[in-house]
Amino acid sequence: MNPYRRHPFIRVATFLVYGFLYAPIIVLVLYAFNASRTNILFEGFVPSFGPLQMDGSLVTQSPCGPFHWFCELAGNRQVGEAARNTLTIAFISTLTSTVIGTMAAIAIQRYNFKIKPFAQLSLYIPIVIPEIVMGIGILTLFSQLFGVINESLGLVGDARLSLGIGTVIVSHIAFSVPFVTLVVQARLSGFDKSFEEAAMDLGANERVTFWRVTLPTILPGVLSGGLLAFTLSLDDFVITFFTTGPGATTLPIYVYGLLRRIVTPEVNALSTVWIAIVLTAVILLQTLQSREAKPQ
Amino acid sequence: MLKRLRENKSAQGTLLVSPTLAWMIVLLIIPLILTLIISFGTRDADGGVIYGFSFHNYIRLFGISSDCPDGQTTCFDPLYVNILGRSLSLAFWTTLIVISLAYPLAYFVARAHPKRRSTFLMLVLVPLWTNFVIRVYAWMMLLREQGVINGIIGWVAARFGLPFEPLQMLYTPGAVLVGMVYEFLPFMILPIFTSLEKIDNPLYEAAADLGANPFRTFLRVTLPLSMPGVVAGTILVFIPVMGTFIVSDILGGRQVILVGNLIQNQFLSARDPTFGSAASLILMIMTLIVTYFYTRKFGFGEEIVAV
Repeated sequence: MNPYRRHPFIRVATFLVYGFLYAPIIVLVLYAFNASRTNILFEGFVPSFGPLQMDGSLVTQSPCGPFHWFCELAGNRQVGEAARNTLTIAFISTLTSTVIGTMAAIAIQRYNFKIKPFAQLSLYIPIVIPEIVMGIGILTLFSQLFGVINESLGLVGDARLSLGIGTVIVSHIAFSVPFVTLVVQARLSGFDKSFEEAAMDLGANERVTFWRVTLPTILPGVLSGGLLAFTLSLDDFVITFFTTGPGATTLPIYVYGLLRRIVTPEVNALSTVWIAIVLTAVILLQTLQSREAKPQ
Repeated sequence: MLKRLRENKSAQGTLLVSPTLAWMIVLLIIPLILTLIISFGTRDADGGVIYGFSFHNYIRLFGISSDCPDGQTTCFDPLYVNILGRSLSLAFWTTLIVISLAYPLAYFVARAHPKRRSTFLMLVLVPLWTNFVIRVYAWMMLLREQGVINGIIGWVAARFGLPFEPLQMLYTPGAVLVGMVYEFLPFMILPIFTSLEKIDNPLYEAAADLGANPFRTFLRVTLPLSMPGVVAGTILVFIPVMGTFIVSDILGGRQVILVGNLIQNQFLSARDPTFGSAASLILMIMTLIVTYFYTRKFGFGEEIVAV
């Protein structure tokens, strides 16, 4: 019996669901090359290169030709700033949550201590409550706290504490840590404790055992936990929406702002760049994983 | 002191977990307690909070109104109860549709040749990692009156010489449902795939040897063993759908108001954080009750981190 036999119904359904997943993405990318500024109907590509020429809302000639909107995007300062904010937030929150999340996973998996049940329970909270509940809770915390601090210290003007990139980073760490911990924990639970004990028996002290035995074994778990934290941070809209302030706009917040006004193909160009980056990252990851898996 | 720490395993564990625990206490538990306190308060003229202890926000939320048309002192105003009910039913239908779309695909990938599996999975990851807001925008382009779907239907109709009126699809409950299904589909595919992949082939062969037909094998072997994936996927879909406000905001216009929109509106435009806090806690309690009964029956597997 062929173990890979699948019913024709399954094949057709799979094909249709993949179509459903990709049709919107294809449309999104196609419209990034739309000559029409209003971006409602697809009016063809920008036909020729040369100094910018418009016919009503139609771009008839552009220095970048069909890539007109990508050039506009590259020159857009707000997008540049939003991209910088998004990456800064993602890097700092990923680094912090990966380190403290891994520590917590080791503690939960390898040690017994009094507050362990409480710690484990608290880590499930962000998974089982809607993001908006967490978002408005954190917003309330910061606004009350900053209000008290600003008033009691008599801070004025720029010295006043307010929502911004710092509050966003702190909040992103809060929702990423549980996921990092769960991923690393899963890796640790599949890893035989006797390896560590053997290292200790052979005379390694705890520090050497950790760096030479424990960490290399759980490293794939730590890395995938970190990757998960990074994507969660890049993708986050809700928590960022409630904890951000002036000057700390991220890309999702910026796009959301545009969607409520007029949308030019520039948003499609931005989406296309985003999709291209994601695609490259996913392919890179897959090749790395398959290379890692090969020697077996 | 350091020496004592080196020997005390319990203290080491506490120390290792403390940064994470501190984060959880300050940014999760304290905010939840604050939300609870504020929900009992009243708002002042400029949107601030007057602390107090009154249930008026909850009473208002459950439809008991004092603003009655014909001189009664109290009457029933179903506005907010309807919003809560609409959110619950949308989350229910989204989850059901997502399961029925995700299952065949996850099954297909899990039973694909190991060499091709990673490519099929990759194809699920790309839409997932493409930003949430961007995905809503894509549906806006597809569904609007002069959008892609109407364009295609119109073109086909013209070929056959049929009359065609563009369909009003954007700003309808259906648009919100489609958007939600699209947004959360990958969150169901990955956990189901993870649990299906664990099923060993000999198990299928044994079922066949014992005379089970493929349908019976699916019902008695595959389905029960994939339940942890379905449970994890349901949690990853149902809970966020209950609280999301962008999809209904962009694809529903002002026509489809969900709890998420209600809460967001209280904090930003209506400036009544006390009422918004009460709504937020009711939302949390609703999702916790559903999660509790659901996981009590089916368990809570590690598939939750498959995404």
